Amino acid sequence: MLNNYNSMAQPLWQNGPTPGAFYNFTGGQQQTQKLPKELTTAGPFGTKRSTSSITTGSSVLGIRYDGGVMIAADTLVSYGSLARYQNIDRVFPINKSIILGGGGDFADIQSIKRTIDQKMIEDQCYADGISMKPKALSSWLTRVLYNRRSRMNPLYIDVVVGGIEQDGTPFLANVDLRGRAHEDYVVATGFARHLALPLVRERKPKDRDFTAEEASELIRKCMEVLYYRDTRNMAQYTVGVCNATGTTIDGPCKVSENWSFAATIKGY
Amino acid sequence: MFRNQYDSDVTVWSPQGRLHQVEYAMEAVKLGTATVGLKNRDVAVLVALSKPSSELSASQRKIIPIDDHLGISIAGITADARVISRYLRSECLSYKHSYGSAYPVSRLITNLGNKMQTTTQRYDRRPYGVGLLVGGYDEKGPHIYQVTPSATFYNCKANSIGSRSQSARTYLERNLDKFLNSSNEQLICDGIQAIHGSLPTDELQSNNEDAPQLNITIAIVGKDQPFKILNELETKKYLSMAKLKGTPAEPSRPDDDEASTSRPDQADSGPRDPEVAVATEEL
Repeated sequence: MLNNYNSMAQPLWQNGPTPGAFYNFTGGQQQTQKLPKELTTAGPFGTKRSTSSITTGSSVLGIRYDGGVMIAADTLVSYGSLARYQNIDRVFPINKSIILGGGGDFADIQSIKRTIDQKMIEDQCYADGISMKPKALSSWLTRVLYNRRSRMNPLYIDVVVGGIEQDGTPFLANVDLRGRAHEDYVVATGFARHLALPLVRERKPKDRDFTAEEASELIRKCMEVLYYRDTRNMAQYTVGVCNATGTTIDGPCKVSENWSFAATIKGY
Repeated sequence: MFRNQYDSDVTVWSPQGRLHQVEYAMEAVKLGTATVGLKNRDVAVLVALSKPSSELSASQRKIIPIDDHLGISIAGITADARVISRYLRSECLSYKHSYGSAYPVSRLITNLGNKMQTTTQRYDRRPYGVGLLVGGYDEKGPHIYQVTPSATFYNCKANSIGSRSQSARTYLERNLDKFLNSSNEQLICDGIQAIHGSLPTDELQSNNEDAPQLNITIAIVGKDQPFKILNELETKKYLSMAKLKGTPAEPSRPDDDEASTSRPDQADSGPRDPEVAVATEEL
């Protein structure tokens, strides 16, 4: 919450000179806001910033349907090309009306997830029945991520935010590491942007939204294609679902593998 | 010139457990002209009475727009209200920038209350000398909040603050049941009729529509209705509409302001939280 009242809780002695000094009536202005620590404090090896992601999650795919949204991601977190952590959920329930799927640097995902969870706790502390909505969260993420990139210290993440708005309409959006955001009936990050987006788009009826069954079937199909074609992918994935009844994370599900065609491939 | 031995500093308690400076600040609200706030299912309405401080000046602005979903009506020290409204505006703007949506009214008022409370607990500050009626609309519907200089805030069905506001409150209490389901027009008329009682008696008698004493400002906010202060034409329309409908509130008696502090409606409702009552001389 962006309340400023903490800035009112000033130190007990203020607006005055430091002990032993004199009042300066003409220049009593307080110092302007300090620059963030990472820009002013040099570490033992100078100021360091991450320039690439280290442990990474790959694609996230989100589909909006008539009564909610679904977000799917496999459970693999890679270290380079090594399939380092094979059983990690990358789709999270945030509150009763938001789910979030994270791709990119997994440490940065965990970091932003902790911050978001803290915001949800603050929400609950008000105990006024008002909870954050997916549109608000994606707007907030845009601000945070753009701010970080402007400070030359971006969070290397690409997230999909989905959920149900106050009026019951489903919402699905993608926010990336530079704070770019877009909203659509299907969004994807990583390789799914190339492999899954066209698959979903060509099946979209012009006159209506997807149904839950269609969305669920498309997710299954896309995760299968992604598993076959994207080397940083795994056969196991989880699906987050947010609809009028709340948020759930289904799975882990398995891609039904069939390698019988492999014997027919020649030339490698 | 002290009224009391223990009122020289905000941070000093009286042995009775009271903060006299804070209670004096509450009195500043009663110096301002009256203002009324009320709501139905869809909208909140603020009605304020403004009187020019002299014949040479224009009347003070009593209703301050904060955001599209929120506005305040003030009674007390206008300069203090300006500081508060600047705070509220920047909070709403910053919330809108971060979340792309309107600041929930209850949370905004909670944070305002926290800000105002610090002034009652520091020797180098003084409480704000202004009372607010906040009219707002958010996902939880329309709201009327009353905020006092003691930093207490109340979520109200309807309320009135300012000088001679007791008769307006009596009117509101009498008609409380019908507000919730009444039309927007009826609600505005009720607001006007309530505030009629707080007009000085002599000015009420010279019941001439063009008279400056009928300087009433009306604001409305609600569902599909961004906060709007009605223009002169609309105000005139509602003033004459209110005149046709029913009887206005009775003009207040001189002792009304004192009576309002005793809260007879709550007198025997069992134990209550301590709250800042208004100072009376006890010798």
